Amino acid sequence: MAKPLNMIVCGSLVPDPLQTLEPVQTPQGPGLKNEQMLPSVLDPWAACALYEAANLAKLRPGSKVTLVAVGPKAKLQQLMMTVAQKAPFQLVAVNAPAGGFTDAQETATELAKAIKAMPDLDLPSTLLFGGCASASRDAGVTLQFVAEMLGITEFFMGVDELKLADDDSFTVLERIEGGKYLSSTCAGFPVAVGWATGSLPEPPNNPQTGMMNMRGIMPALMKAPVANVGIGGISYEKAEVPSAKRATVVKKDMAVDDIAREIVEWIKG
Amino acid sequence: MKIAAFTIDGNGTFAQDVPAFAAAIAAAGADVILVPGTSRVRRSFPAAALRAGAAIDTNAVAVLADGDKVSVQRWAYRQRILTTFTRKARPWIIATDPALFADICASLGVQPEPLAADAEASTRTKINGVVAAGTGGESTIKPDSPLLFVAGAGWTKKQADGATHLDEAAATITGFLAKSGASLGSSKSLVDMPEAAKAFRFMSHMNQVGQTGATPRHAKGLSTCCHGEEPHVVGWRFVNDRRAVNLDANCGWAQGKADILYVADAFAVMKRVNELLA
Repeated sequence: MAKPLNMIVCGSLVPDPLQTLEPVQTPQGPGLKNEQMLPSVLDPWAACALYEAANLAKLRPGSKVTLVAVGPKAKLQQLMMTVAQKAPFQLVAVNAPAGGFTDAQETATELAKAIKAMPDLDLPSTLLFGGCASASRDAGVTLQFVAEMLGITEFFMGVDELKLADDDSFTVLERIEGGKYLSSTCAGFPVAVGWATGSLPEPPNNPQTGMMNMRGIMPALMKAPVANVGIGGISYEKAEVPSAKRATVVKKDMAVDDIAREIVEWIKG
Repeated sequence: MKIAAFTIDGNGTFAQDVPAFAAAIAAAGADVILVPGTSRVRRSFPAAALRAGAAIDTNAVAVLADGDKVSVQRWAYRQRILTTFTRKARPWIIATDPALFADICASLGVQPEPLAADAEASTRTKINGVVAAGTGGESTIKPDSPLLFVAGAGWTKKQADGATHLDEAAATITGFLAKSGASLGSSKSLVDMPEAAKAFRFMSHMNQVGQTGATPRHAKGLSTCCHGEEPHVVGWRFVNDRRAVNLDANCGWAQGKADILYVADAFAVMKRVNELLA
């Protein structure tokens, strides 16, 4: 019989994609204007990783999903009000800045430290999940750093599918160039997986799951250690939003034929 | 200051590539190492850099050298904020946007050399091979095409007769792709739709353009049935010549995001375009 899975998902918050982002200078380096006020969401790729983990957990009764998040405690608490309703998980939180200008290695160091400190960690049987990149820093390096720091030697990047067999071997599809996948088979754990979008829809909110999760999440947030995550060895010279606004020509009341002809000429031109 | 550049072809496993790349970083003895940010590099170079005691930055769109000072430009927040920065750490690995690697190397006067990834290491991973995304046969993603054609959720909406026309939409889109040689992009709302997944089997999440999708580089982009919301349009950052067809004259494309917006029914327009391209 297949064994329960131990899945650790690394992920944190990013500004809601619909928000306008304006860089400002702070004593700690670049930041976002009104950063504390900006509504946040769970990073989209990390969210995919969490949903995939929750889905795998359903297939193996007794499995455990732990979300490890490095971010400002108050904002994490706000975020958890919605994320906790999506899937059953435990939270390990680290109270530290998170954003597009922080250093990936410092974030990875705190993630690895938090994972190593988990009392029931069974690394040889662990699946370490995360997004293939974040919607903030978008470096796509953090999970590889964490894997290296934990000594995990099997890693897959930009994964859209993971098919698990009862003997813990699995096949993954990783995104590669030209809209293609690299298919690989791996003989067991531990493994780290940087998820792309996967194939699952966002789960609907389930208040009961939310209430059950929050019983563990609130104490986890209360005891979240403070960490000093900054811009590391990076010296920022500039952070700017380039002005790319176009003078759009809106063509109304044109005949379909004329539009089609204009488009064809433009394509061929 | 020594700047080296490596090209890395083929596929490899993390377990075998990390020690090989780490050894190459050490052997290069360079202050700055440029690599193209291919899938293989993105998978294994970060851990290799860490193992070799190097700093690494990815997705560089420009690298400027002035004496001993090297500056990198890269986007933060998914093509929303452009940053310019430097590091004192050496060696410093800079993984560039793959499409810009050759130009960046040329601008720095560096000749890239192939990196031999042949370190012996055991792995539990076996590569099975490369497979196409989706189930529609030929790939609809063509990075080298001059034209990006984006389909939005409007292709699945009810039309003037009160019914959806998914098969007709699929035939129009694939017909246009075949005749124009365009690469197919999609809005997130379309690829997330279960009904689209069934009807548009030539499309997958790999086609998604935007904040949580790809940021492709094509000379021209034509958007159809897509509202042009900011999270989608950030994926158009590197598409300079943009046109859109949408029924809403006040959609996002009209707000300075497209060069020309045709206010029209994309079903009718694209069918006629296909006839003209035939």
